[in-house]
Amino acid sequence: MNHTIDSIRTDLLAKKVSAEEIAREALKFAEAENPKTNAYLTFAPERALVAAQSVDRKIAAGEDPGPLAGVPIAIKDVIVTRGLRTTCGSRMLENYIPPYDATAVIRIEQAGGVLLGKTNCDEFAMGSSNENSAFGPVRNPVALDRVPGGSSGGSAAVIAQGTAVLSLGSDTGGSIRQPASFCGVTGVTPTYGRVSRYGLTAFASSLDHIGPFSRTVRDSARLLQVMAGRDEMDSTSASAPVPDYVAALDGNIRGMKIGIPKEYFDGLAIDTGDLIQAAIGKLQKLGCEIREIRLPHTAYAVGCYYIICTAEASSNLARYDGVRYTTRSSAAGTLQEMYRQTRDEGFGAECKRRIMLGTYVLSSGYYDAYYLKAQKVRALVAQDYAQAFAQVDAIVGPVSPFPAFKLGEKVDDPTAMYLSDIYTVTGDLAGIPCMSVPAGKTAEGLPVGLQVLANHFNETTMFRVADAFERVSS
Amino acid sequence: MKISEQEVRRVAELANLALTEDEVVRMTRDLDGILGHMDKLNELDTSAVEPMSQVLYDAEETATLRADVERKPLSNADAIANAAVSGQGYFKVPRVIEK
Repeated sequence: MNHTIDSIRTDLLAKKVSAEEIAREALKFAEAENPKTNAYLTFAPERALVAAQSVDRKIAAGEDPGPLAGVPIAIKDVIVTRGLRTTCGSRMLENYIPPYDATAVIRIEQAGGVLLGKTNCDEFAMGSSNENSAFGPVRNPVALDRVPGGSSGGSAAVIAQGTAVLSLGSDTGGSIRQPASFCGVTGVTPTYGRVSRYGLTAFASSLDHIGPFSRTVRDSARLLQVMAGRDEMDSTSASAPVPDYVAALDGNIRGMKIGIPKEYFDGLAIDTGDLIQAAIGKLQKLGCEIREIRLPHTAYAVGCYYIICTAEASSNLARYDGVRYTTRSSAAGTLQEMYRQTRDEGFGAECKRRIMLGTYVLSSGYYDAYYLKAQKVRALVAQDYAQAFAQVDAIVGPVSPFPAFKLGEKVDDPTAMYLSDIYTVTGDLAGIPCMSVPAGKTAEGLPVGLQVLANHFNETTMFRVADAFERVSS
Repeated sequence: MKISEQEVRRVAELANLALTEDEVVRMTRDLDGILGHMDKLNELDTSAVEPMSQVLYDAEETATLRADVERKPLSNADAIANAAVSGQGYFKVPRVIEK
Protein backbone atom coordinates (compact mmCIF):
# COMPACT_ATOMS: atom_id res chain seq x y z
CA MET A 1 0.00 0.00 0.00
CA ASN A 2 1.41 3.37 -0.98
CA HIS A 3 -1.50 5.37 0.37
CA THR A 4 -1.27 8.47 2.51
CA ILE A 5 -4.03 10.04 4.59
CA ASP A 6 -4.54 12.68 1.88
CA SER A 7 -4.57 10.22 -1.06
CA ILE A 8 -7.17 8.03 0.67
CA ARG A 9 -9.33 11.05 1.47
CA THR A 10 -9.15 12.28 -2.13
CA ASP A 11 -10.05 8.85 -3.52
CA LEU A 12 -12.91 8.38 -1.06
CA LEU A 13 -14.47 11.80 -1.66
CA ALA A 14 -14.14 11.33 -5.45
CA LYS A 15 -15.92 7.97 -4.95
CA LYS A 16 -13.09 6.20 -6.80
CA VAL A 17 -13.04 3.59 -4.06
CA SER A 18 -14.97 2.84 -0.86
CA ALA A 19 -13.48 2.63 2.62
CA GLU A 20 -14.70 -0.96 2.76
CA GLU A 21 -12.77 -1.82 -0.42
CA ILE A 22 -9.63 -0.20 1.00
CA ALA A 23 -10.05 -2.10 4.28
CA ARG A 24 -10.63 -5.46 2.54
CA GLU A 25 -7.64 -4.94 0.26
CA ALA A 26 -5.45 -3.82 3.18
CA LEU A 27 -6.41 -6.82 5.34
CA LYS A 28 -5.84 -9.26 2.48
CA PHE A 29 -2.44 -7.78 1.69
CA ALA A 30 -1.36 -7.55 5.35
CA GLU A 31 -2.39 -11.14 6.12
CA ALA A 32 -0.56 -12.44 3.04
CA GLU A 33 2.63 -10.47 3.74
CA ASN A 34 2.77 -10.92 7.51
CA PRO A 35 4.60 -14.31 7.61
CA LYS A 36 7.68 -12.57 6.18
CA THR A 37 8.10 -10.30 9.21
CA ASN A 38 5.77 -11.48 12.03
CA ALA A 39 4.87 -7.81 12.53
CA TYR A 40 1.18 -8.36 13.30
CA LEU A 41 0.15 -10.55 16.22
CA THR A 42 -3.62 -10.21 15.76
CA PHE A 43 -5.85 -9.06 12.92
CA ALA A 44 -9.20 -7.37 13.53
CA PRO A 45 -11.17 -7.90 10.29
CA GLU A 46 -14.64 -7.46 11.83
CA ARG A 47 -13.73 -4.29 13.64
CA ALA A 48 -12.02 -2.91 10.53
CA LEU A 49 -15.02 -3.54 8.30
CA VAL A 50 -17.48 -2.01 10.77
CA ALA A 51 -15.32 1.14 10.92
CA ALA A 52 -14.93 1.28 7.13
CA GLN A 53 -18.65 0.85 6.53
CA SER A 54 -19.36 3.68 8.95
CA VAL A 55 -17.03 5.94 6.92
CA ASP A 56 -18.79 4.92 3.70
CA ARG A 57 -22.20 5.72 5.20
CA LYS A 58 -21.02 9.18 6.26
CA ILE A 59 -19.66 9.91 2.80
CA ALA A 60 -22.89 8.69 1.18
CA ALA A 61 -24.87 10.97 3.52
CA GLY A 62 -22.66 13.94 2.65
CA GLU A 63 -21.22 14.13 6.18
CA ASP A 64 -17.55 14.76 7.03
CA PRO A 65 -16.05 11.26 7.45
CA GLY A 66 -13.29 12.59 9.75
CA PRO A 67 -9.61 13.48 9.34
CA LEU A 68 -8.46 9.83 9.24
CA ALA A 69 -11.36 8.58 7.09
CA GLY A 70 -10.75 5.06 5.85
CA VAL A 71 -7.06 5.02 6.78
CA PRO A 72 -5.76 1.53 7.74
CA ILE A 73 -4.00 1.72 11.11
CA ALA A 74 -2.09 -0.83 13.18
CA ILE A 75 -1.83 -0.54 16.97
CA LYS A 76 1.08 -1.72 19.12
CA ASP A 77 -0.05 -4.56 21.33
CA VAL A 78 0.68 -2.69 24.58
CA ILE A 79 -2.26 -0.35 23.83
CA VAL A 80 -5.57 -1.83 24.93
CA THR A 81 -8.45 -2.44 22.56
CA ARG A 82 -11.85 -3.39 23.86
CA GLY A 83 -12.75 -6.97 23.00
CA LEU A 84 -9.55 -7.42 20.99
CA ARG A 85 -6.74 -9.50 22.48
CA THR A 86 -3.89 -7.33 23.85
CA THR A 87 -0.84 -9.40 24.77
CA CYS A 88 1.93 -6.83 25.42
CA GLY A 89 4.15 -9.38 23.69
CA SER A 90 3.96 -11.48 26.86
CA ARG A 91 3.00 -15.06 27.63
CA MET A 92 1.43 -13.54 30.77
CA LEU A 93 -1.31 -11.81 28.71
CA GLU A 94 -1.62 -14.34 25.88
CA ASN A 95 -5.39 -14.51 26.38
CA TYR A 96 -6.11 -11.06 27.82
CA ILE A 97 -9.20 -9.36 26.33
CA PRO A 98 -9.36 -5.74 27.58
CA PRO A 99 -12.73 -4.41 28.79
CA TYR A 100 -12.03 -0.89 27.46
CA ASP A 101 -10.32 1.08 24.68
CA ALA A 102 -7.31 3.36 25.12
CA THR A 103 -8.20 7.05 24.65
CA ALA A 104 -5.87 7.25 21.62
CA VAL A 105 -7.73 4.36 20.00
CA ILE A 106 -11.13 5.95 20.70
CA ARG A 107 -9.99 9.23 19.12
CA ILE A 108 -8.57 7.46 16.05
CA GLU A 109 -11.78 5.52 15.46
CA GLN A 110 -13.90 8.63 16.00
CA ALA A 111 -11.76 10.33 13.34
CA GLY A 112 -12.65 7.58 10.85
CA GLY A 113 -9.48 5.49 11.24
CA VAL A 114 -9.75 1.77 10.44
CA LEU A 115 -7.99 -0.47 12.96
CA LEU A 116 -6.48 -3.43 11.08
CA GLY A 117 -4.83 -5.25 13.96
CA LYS A 118 -2.28 -5.33 16.75
CA THR A 119 1.47 -5.33 16.28
CA ASN A 120 4.25 -7.37 17.81
CA CYS A 121 6.66 -5.75 20.28
CA ASP A 122 9.19 -6.50 22.96
CA GLU A 123 7.54 -7.90 26.07
CA PHE A 124 5.90 -5.02 27.98
CA ALA A 125 7.82 -2.68 25.63
CA MET A 126 11.16 -3.69 27.18
CA GLY A 127 13.82 -4.02 24.53
CA SER A 128 15.67 -2.41 21.65
CA SER A 129 15.41 -5.19 19.04
CA ASN A 130 11.95 -6.81 19.29
CA GLU A 131 13.69 -10.08 20.15
CA ASN A 132 12.04 -10.10 23.60
CA SER A 133 8.53 -10.88 22.32
CA ALA A 134 7.01 -14.12 23.61
CA PHE A 135 5.54 -14.55 20.13
CA GLY A 136 8.80 -14.52 18.21
CA PRO A 137 10.93 -11.69 16.87
CA VAL A 138 9.88 -9.30 14.11
CA ARG A 139 12.08 -9.21 11.03
CA ASN A 140 13.12 -5.93 9.45
CA PRO A 141 11.28 -5.60 6.10
CA VAL A 142 14.30 -3.80 4.63
CA ALA A 143 16.68 -6.68 5.48
CA LEU A 144 14.93 -9.82 6.75
CA ASP A 145 17.97 -11.16 8.62
CA ARG A 146 18.05 -8.02 10.75
CA VAL A 147 16.05 -6.70 13.69
CA PRO A 148 13.46 -3.94 13.13
CA GLY A 149 14.50 -2.23 16.36
CA GLY A 150 12.39 -2.11 19.47
CA SER A 151 10.34 -2.09 21.34
CA SER A 152 7.75 -0.94 18.75
CA GLY A 153 9.35 -3.16 16.08
CA GLY A 154 6.06 -4.42 14.66
CA SER A 155 4.60 -0.92 14.33
CA ALA A 156 7.68 0.29 12.42
CA ALA A 157 7.78 -2.84 10.26
CA VAL A 158 4.15 -2.59 9.07
CA ILE A 159 4.84 0.92 7.74
CA ALA A 160 8.05 -0.14 5.98
CA GLN A 161 6.34 -3.28 4.64
CA GLY A 162 3.31 -1.34 3.42
CA THR A 163 0.88 -3.43 5.47
CA ALA A 164 -0.57 -0.36 7.20
CA VAL A 165 -0.66 3.35 6.36
CA LEU A 166 -0.28 4.51 9.97
CA SER A 167 0.56 2.81 13.22
CA LEU A 168 0.84 3.58 16.91
CA GLY A 169 3.84 2.77 19.01
CA SER A 170 4.93 3.59 22.52
CA ASP A 171 8.21 5.18 23.55
CA THR A 172 9.77 5.04 27.02
CA GLY A 173 13.47 5.24 26.11
CA GLY A 174 13.48 5.29 22.32
CA SER A 175 10.98 2.58 21.41
CA ILE A 176 9.40 4.63 18.60
CA ARG A 177 12.39 6.54 17.19
CA GLN A 178 14.91 3.69 17.13
CA PRO A 179 12.69 1.23 15.17
CA ALA A 180 11.61 4.09 12.88
CA SER A 181 15.30 4.73 12.17
CA PHE A 182 16.06 1.00 11.63
CA CYS A 183 13.10 0.51 9.25
CA GLY A 184 13.37 3.80 7.33
CA VAL A 185 10.04 5.31 8.39
CA THR A 186 8.91 8.34 10.37
CA GLY A 187 8.27 7.90 14.11
CA VAL A 188 7.30 10.54 16.66
CA THR A 189 7.57 10.75 20.45
CA PRO A 190 5.41 13.75 21.46
CA THR A 191 5.88 15.89 24.57
CA TYR A 192 5.19 13.90 27.75
CA GLY A 193 1.49 14.36 28.50
CA ARG A 194 0.57 15.51 24.96
CA VAL A 195 -1.21 12.20 24.25
CA SER A 196 -3.22 10.49 26.97
CA ARG A 197 -1.65 7.34 28.39
CA TYR A 198 -5.06 5.95 29.35
CA GLY A 199 -5.04 2.40 28.02
CA LEU A 200 -1.29 2.27 27.43
CA THR A 201 -0.13 -0.66 29.55
CA ALA A 202 2.14 0.93 32.14
CA PHE A 203 5.87 0.21 31.88
CA ALA A 204 7.51 3.34 33.38
CA SER A 205 4.74 5.86 33.95
CA SER A 206 6.88 9.01 34.17
CA LEU A 207 8.51 8.16 30.81
CA ASP A 208 5.79 6.39 28.76
CA HIS A 209 4.43 8.02 25.59
CA ILE A 210 2.12 6.97 22.77
CA GLY A 211 3.17 8.24 19.34
CA PRO A 212 2.66 7.77 15.59
CA PHE A 213 4.52 5.98 12.80
CA SER A 214 3.97 6.82 9.13
CA ARG A 215 5.73 7.06 5.78
CA THR A 216 5.56 10.87 5.68
CA VAL A 217 6.07 13.59 8.28
CA ARG A 218 2.72 15.09 7.28
CA ASP A 219 0.86 11.89 8.12
CA SER A 220 2.47 11.65 11.57
CA ALA A 221 1.50 15.28 12.20
CA ARG A 222 -2.11 14.55 11.25
CA LEU A 223 -2.28 11.45 13.43
CA LEU A 224 -0.80 13.29 16.41
CA GLN A 225 -3.33 16.08 15.85
CA VAL A 226 -6.17 13.57 16.25
CA MET A 227 -4.75 12.00 19.44
CA ALA A 228 -3.35 15.03 21.26
CA GLY A 229 -5.11 16.97 24.00
CA ARG A 230 -6.39 16.74 27.52
CA ASP A 231 -8.08 13.54 28.64
CA GLU A 232 -9.68 13.41 32.04
CA MET A 233 -8.82 9.70 32.26
CA ASP A 234 -5.11 10.58 32.49
CA SER A 235 -4.25 13.17 35.14
CA THR A 236 -0.83 13.73 33.54
CA SER A 237 -2.31 14.61 30.14
CA ALA A 238 -1.77 18.26 29.29
CA SER A 239 -4.50 20.78 28.58
CA ALA A 240 -2.22 23.04 26.54
CA PRO A 241 -4.00 23.89 23.26
CA VAL A 242 -3.18 21.66 20.29
CA PRO A 243 -2.01 23.81 17.35
CA ASP A 244 -2.69 22.94 13.70
CA TYR A 245 0.52 21.02 13.01
CA VAL A 246 -0.11 20.39 9.31
CA ALA A 247 -0.94 24.02 8.48
CA ALA A 248 2.59 25.01 9.57
CA LEU A 249 4.30 22.62 7.14
CA ASP A 250 5.29 24.97 4.34
CA GLY A 251 8.84 23.71 3.76
CA ASN A 252 10.34 27.07 4.74
CA ILE A 253 12.71 26.87 7.70
CA ARG A 254 15.04 29.67 6.64
CA GLY A 255 16.65 31.37 9.63
CA MET A 256 15.82 28.61 12.06
CA LYS A 257 18.55 27.99 14.60
CA ILE A 258 19.50 24.29 14.76
CA GLY A 259 21.69 22.92 17.55
CA ILE A 260 24.15 20.08 16.96
CA PRO A 261 25.10 18.41 20.26
CA LYS A 262 28.80 17.60 20.26
CA GLU A 263 28.15 14.67 22.61
CA TYR A 264 25.96 12.89 20.03
CA PHE A 265 28.82 12.27 17.59
CA ASP A 266 31.17 10.12 19.69
CA GLY A 267 31.23 6.46 18.72
CA LEU A 268 28.90 6.58 15.72
CA ALA A 269 29.18 3.93 13.01
CA ILE A 270 30.98 5.57 10.05
CA ASP A 271 28.04 5.42 7.62
CA THR A 272 25.66 6.70 10.28
CA GLY A 273 27.93 9.66 11.04
CA ASP A 274 28.30 10.47 7.34
CA LEU A 275 24.54 10.41 6.72
CA ILE A 276 23.83 12.63 9.73
CA GLN A 277 26.52 15.10 8.59
CA ALA A 278 24.98 15.12 5.11
CA ALA A 279 21.57 15.80 6.66
CA ILE A 280 22.99 18.74 8.60
CA GLY A 281 24.42 20.04 5.31
CA LYS A 282 20.94 19.90 3.78
CA LEU A 283 19.45 21.85 6.68
CA GLN A 284 22.16 24.46 6.21
CA LYS A 285 21.24 24.72 2.50
CA LEU A 286 17.63 25.24 3.55
CA GLY A 287 18.81 28.39 5.29
CA CYS A 288 19.11 27.11 8.86
CA GLU A 289 21.74 28.52 11.13
CA ILE A 290 23.73 25.55 12.46
CA ARG A 291 25.22 25.93 15.93
CA GLU A 292 27.29 23.51 17.94
CA ILE A 293 25.81 23.05 21.40
CA ARG A 294 26.69 21.04 24.50
CA LEU A 295 24.50 18.55 26.37
CA PRO A 296 27.11 17.74 29.02
CA HIS A 297 25.14 15.10 30.95
CA THR A 298 24.49 12.83 27.96
CA ALA A 299 27.01 10.24 29.14
CA TYR A 300 25.03 9.80 32.37
CA ALA A 301 21.64 9.43 30.74
CA VAL A 302 21.65 5.67 30.12
CA GLY A 303 22.50 4.82 33.73
CA CYS A 304 19.95 7.34 34.96
CA TYR A 305 17.28 6.01 32.59
CA TYR A 306 17.74 2.34 33.48
CA ILE A 307 17.46 3.10 37.20
CA ILE A 308 14.25 5.10 36.82
CA CYS A 309 12.55 2.93 34.22
CA THR A 310 13.27 -0.34 36.01
CA ALA A 311 12.18 1.11 39.36
CA GLU A 312 8.85 2.18 37.87
CA ALA A 313 8.53 -1.11 35.95
CA SER A 314 9.08 -3.25 39.03
CA SER A 315 6.17 -1.44 40.65
CA ASN A 316 3.90 -1.41 37.57
CA LEU A 317 4.43 -5.09 36.80
CA ALA A 318 3.59 -6.15 40.36
CA ARG A 319 -0.06 -6.35 39.24
CA TYR A 320 0.64 -9.51 37.20
CA ASP A 321 0.21 -11.84 40.13
CA GLY A 322 -2.06 -14.62 38.90
CA VAL A 323 -5.28 -13.00 40.10
CA ARG A 324 -6.72 -10.41 37.69
CA TYR A 325 -4.87 -10.88 34.40
CA THR A 326 -5.79 -14.31 33.00
CA THR A 327 -2.65 -16.34 33.72
CA ARG A 328 -2.16 -18.39 36.88
CA SER A 329 0.41 -21.13 37.30
CA SER A 330 -1.12 -24.56 37.67
CA ALA A 331 1.71 -25.37 40.10
CA ALA A 332 0.31 -22.90 42.64
CA GLY A 333 -0.47 -24.28 46.09
CA THR A 334 -0.28 -21.37 48.53
CA LEU A 335 -0.90 -17.71 47.70
CA GLN A 336 2.85 -16.98 47.79
CA GLU A 337 3.60 -19.90 45.45
CA MET A 338 0.86 -18.67 43.13
CA TYR A 339 2.52 -15.23 42.86
CA ARG A 340 6.01 -16.60 42.34
CA GLN A 341 5.24 -19.47 39.98
CA THR A 342 2.86 -17.37 37.87
CA ARG A 343 5.46 -14.62 37.45
CA ASP A 344 8.27 -17.11 36.82
CA GLU A 345 6.29 -18.81 34.04
CA GLY A 346 4.65 -15.67 32.62
CA PHE A 347 7.57 -13.25 32.30
CA GLY A 348 10.49 -13.57 29.88
CA ALA A 349 14.16 -13.04 30.74
CA GLU A 350 14.32 -9.29 30.01
CA CYS A 351 11.21 -8.52 32.08
CA LYS A 352 12.62 -10.48 34.99
CA ARG A 353 15.95 -8.67 34.67
CA ARG A 354 14.24 -5.27 34.80
CA ILE A 355 11.92 -6.23 37.65
CA MET A 356 14.96 -7.45 39.59
CA LEU A 357 17.00 -4.33 38.84
CA GLY A 358 14.08 -2.05 39.73
CA THR A 359 13.37 -3.89 42.96
CA TYR A 360 17.05 -3.69 43.87
CA VAL A 361 17.43 0.07 43.26
CA LEU A 362 14.29 0.77 45.29
CA SER A 363 15.17 -1.59 48.13
CA SER A 364 16.13 -0.45 51.59
CA GLY A 365 19.75 0.68 51.74
CA TYR A 366 20.02 1.34 47.98
CA TYR A 367 17.21 3.83 47.39
CA ASP A 368 19.33 6.95 47.97
CA ALA A 369 22.38 5.62 46.15
CA TYR A 370 20.48 4.66 43.01
CA TYR A 371 16.89 5.87 42.69
CA LEU A 372 17.20 9.28 44.34
CA LYS A 373 20.56 9.85 42.64
CA ALA A 374 18.98 9.04 39.26
CA GLN A 375 16.10 11.47 39.86
CA LYS A 376 18.66 14.21 40.48
CA VAL A 377 20.66 13.31 37.38
CA ARG A 378 17.38 13.35 35.44
CA ALA A 379 16.96 16.98 36.48
CA LEU A 380 20.46 17.72 35.12
CA VAL A 381 19.67 16.04 31.77
CA ALA A 382 16.46 18.09 31.51
CA GLN A 383 18.39 21.23 32.42
CA ASP A 384 20.87 20.56 29.58
CA TYR A 385 17.98 20.75 27.11
CA ALA A 386 16.42 23.80 28.76
CA GLN A 387 19.73 25.64 28.38
CA ALA A 388 20.10 24.48 24.79
CA PHE A 389 16.60 25.64 23.83
CA ALA A 390 17.43 29.11 25.14
CA GLN A 391 19.88 29.30 22.20
CA VAL A 392 18.34 27.19 19.42
CA ASP A 393 14.88 26.34 18.03
CA ALA A 394 15.55 22.65 17.43
CA ILE A 395 18.29 20.08 17.90
CA VAL A 396 19.26 17.39 15.40
CA GLY A 397 21.49 14.35 15.66
CA PRO A 398 21.50 10.58 15.24
CA VAL A 399 18.82 8.27 16.68
CA SER A 400 21.04 5.24 17.14
CA PRO A 401 24.84 4.83 17.03
CA PHE A 402 24.44 2.18 14.30
CA PRO A 403 21.86 0.87 11.81
CA ALA A 404 19.79 -2.33 12.20
CA PHE A 405 21.90 -5.25 13.44
CA LYS A 406 21.45 -8.97 12.77
CA LEU A 407 18.97 -11.05 14.75
CA GLY A 408 20.74 -12.66 17.70
CA GLU A 409 23.81 -10.43 17.36
CA LYS A 410 23.40 -8.57 20.65
CA VAL A 411 21.08 -10.72 22.79
CA ASP A 412 23.80 -12.01 25.12
CA ASP A 413 25.02 -8.64 26.38
CA PRO A 414 22.22 -6.65 28.05
CA THR A 415 24.53 -3.83 29.16
CA ALA A 416 25.74 -3.23 25.58
CA MET A 417 22.13 -3.30 24.36
CA TYR A 418 21.15 -0.70 26.99
CA LEU A 419 24.09 1.55 26.08
CA SER A 420 22.89 1.73 22.46
CA ASP A 421 19.88 3.75 23.70
CA ILE A 422 22.15 6.70 24.52
CA TYR A 423 20.72 9.24 22.01
CA THR A 424 17.06 8.42 22.65
CA VAL A 425 16.70 8.10 26.44
CA THR A 426 17.69 11.74 26.97
CA GLY A 427 14.58 13.06 25.19
CA ASP A 428 12.32 10.82 27.28
CA LEU A 429 14.02 11.83 30.54
CA ALA A 430 13.43 15.50 29.68
CA GLY A 431 9.93 14.83 28.30
CA ILE A 432 10.52 16.86 25.13
CA PRO A 433 9.10 16.04 21.68
CA CYS A 434 11.49 14.18 19.42
CA MET A 435 11.21 12.18 16.22
CA SER A 436 13.08 10.14 13.65
CA VAL A 437 12.86 11.03 9.95
CA PRO A 438 14.60 8.93 7.26
CA ALA A 439 18.04 10.36 6.33
CA GLY A 440 19.15 7.87 3.69
CA LYS A 441 20.77 4.46 3.62
CA THR A 442 24.21 3.03 4.38
CA ALA A 443 26.36 1.34 1.71
CA GLU A 444 24.72 -1.93 2.80
CA GLY A 445 21.27 -0.45 2.12
CA LEU A 446 20.28 -0.04 5.79
CA PRO A 447 18.17 2.99 6.73
CA VAL A 448 19.44 5.67 9.11
CA GLY A 449 17.14 8.14 10.84
CA LEU A 450 17.81 11.78 11.67
CA GLN A 451 16.54 12.70 15.11
CA VAL A 452 14.83 16.09 15.49
CA LEU A 453 14.15 17.40 19.00
CA ALA A 454 12.31 20.53 20.13
CA ASN A 455 11.24 22.15 23.38
CA HIS A 456 8.18 21.07 25.41
CA PHE A 457 4.92 21.41 23.41
CA ASN A 458 6.83 22.69 20.41
CA GLU A 459 5.90 19.79 18.11
CA THR A 460 5.21 22.35 15.37
CA THR A 461 8.89 23.35 15.16
CA MET A 462 9.96 19.68 15.22
CA PHE A 463 7.55 18.79 12.40
CA ARG A 464 8.55 21.85 10.32
CA VAL A 465 12.23 20.87 10.43
CA ALA A 466 11.51 17.20 9.66
CA ASP A 467 9.06 18.07 6.85
CA ALA A 468 11.43 20.57 5.20
CA PHE A 469 14.22 17.99 5.42
CA GLU A 470 11.97 15.27 3.97
CA ARG A 471 11.14 17.48 0.98
CA VAL A 472 14.79 17.84 0.00
CA SER A 473 15.93 14.31 0.86
CA SER A 474 13.32 12.03 -0.72
CA MET B 1 31.28 -7.49 42.53
CA LYS B 2 28.37 -5.06 42.95
CA ILE B 3 25.86 -7.76 43.85
CA SER B 4 26.14 -11.30 45.23
CA GLU B 5 24.04 -14.38 44.46
CA GLN B 6 22.69 -14.14 47.99
CA GLU B 7 21.46 -10.58 47.33
CA VAL B 8 19.92 -11.69 44.04
CA ARG B 9 17.94 -14.37 45.91
CA ARG B 10 16.75 -11.79 48.44
CA VAL B 11 15.66 -9.35 45.72
CA ALA B 12 13.86 -12.15 43.85
CA GLU B 13 11.89 -12.82 47.02
CA LEU B 14 10.96 -9.13 47.33
CA ALA B 15 9.90 -9.11 43.66
CA ASN B 16 7.91 -12.34 43.97
CA LEU B 17 9.96 -14.08 41.32
CA ALA B 18 10.89 -17.75 41.62
CA LEU B 19 14.32 -17.94 39.97
CA THR B 20 16.00 -21.26 39.20
CA GLU B 21 19.64 -21.76 40.24
CA ASP B 22 20.73 -21.17 36.64
CA GLU B 23 18.71 -17.96 36.53
CA VAL B 24 20.32 -16.75 39.76
CA VAL B 25 23.81 -17.21 38.29
CA ARG B 26 22.93 -15.46 35.04
CA MET B 27 21.00 -12.68 36.82
CA THR B 28 23.92 -11.99 39.17
CA ARG B 29 26.27 -11.59 36.21
CA ASP B 30 23.85 -9.37 34.24
CA LEU B 31 22.90 -7.12 37.17
CA ASP B 32 26.54 -6.77 38.15
CA GLY B 33 27.41 -5.45 34.69
CA ILE B 34 24.52 -3.00 34.62
CA LEU B 35 25.03 -1.76 38.19
CA GLY B 36 28.72 -1.27 37.37
CA HIS B 37 27.72 1.09 34.58
CA MET B 38 25.25 2.89 36.87
CA ASP B 39 28.09 3.73 39.26
CA LYS B 40 29.11 6.34 36.70
CA LEU B 41 26.40 8.58 38.17
CA ASN B 42 28.54 8.99 41.29
CA GLU B 43 30.99 11.10 39.27
CA LEU B 44 28.41 13.90 39.51
CA ASP B 45 27.97 16.09 42.56
CA THR B 46 24.20 16.34 42.92
CA SER B 47 24.07 17.65 46.49
CA ALA B 48 22.44 20.90 45.35
CA VAL B 49 20.05 19.33 42.80
CA GLU B 50 16.34 18.81 43.46
CA PRO B 51 15.17 15.34 42.38
CA MET B 52 12.89 15.27 39.33
CA SER B 53 10.09 12.76 39.64
CA GLN B 54 7.85 14.00 36.88
CA VAL B 55 8.42 15.96 33.69
CA LEU B 56 5.91 18.76 34.09
CA TYR B 57 6.01 18.87 37.87
CA ASP B 58 5.85 22.67 37.96
CA ALA B 59 3.11 23.09 35.38
CA GLU B 60 -0.18 23.70 37.08
CA GLU B 61 -2.14 22.63 34.01
CA THR B 62 -1.44 19.00 34.84
CA ALA B 63 -2.62 19.33 38.41
CA THR B 64 -6.24 18.99 37.49
CA LEU B 65 -9.12 17.13 39.01
CA ARG B 66 -12.29 16.19 37.23
CA ALA B 67 -15.71 17.34 38.39
CA ASP B 68 -17.06 15.21 41.21
CA VAL B 69 -19.95 13.68 39.31
CA GLU B 70 -21.20 10.15 39.43
CA ARG B 71 -20.49 7.95 36.45
CA LYS B 72 -20.80 4.36 35.48
CA PRO B 73 -17.83 2.17 36.38
CA LEU B 74 -16.92 -1.12 34.69
CA SER B 75 -19.58 -3.72 35.37
CA ASN B 76 -18.73 -6.52 37.77
CA ALA B 77 -18.85 -9.01 34.89
CA ASP B 78 -16.39 -6.91 32.81
CA ALA B 79 -14.10 -6.40 35.79
CA ILE B 80 -13.68 -10.11 36.50
CA ALA B 81 -13.87 -11.34 32.89
CA ASN B 82 -10.08 -11.73 32.78
CA ALA B 83 -9.74 -13.29 36.23
CA ALA B 84 -7.56 -16.40 36.35
CA VAL B 85 -10.22 -17.98 38.60
CA SER B 86 -13.48 -16.33 39.64
CA GLY B 87 -16.76 -17.22 41.28
CA GLN B 88 -19.83 -15.47 42.73
CA GLY B 89 -18.61 -12.17 41.26
CA TYR B 90 -15.24 -12.33 43.01
CA PHE B 91 -11.61 -13.06 42.17
CA LYS B 92 -10.68 -16.39 43.72
CA VAL B 93 -7.26 -17.04 45.26
CA PRO B 94 -5.75 -19.92 47.24
CA ARG B 95 -6.91 -20.07 50.86
CA VAL B 96 -4.99 -17.60 53.05
CA ILE B 97 -6.81 -18.08 56.39
CA GLU B 98 -6.96 -21.48 58.03
CA LYS B 99 -10.30 -22.56 59.47
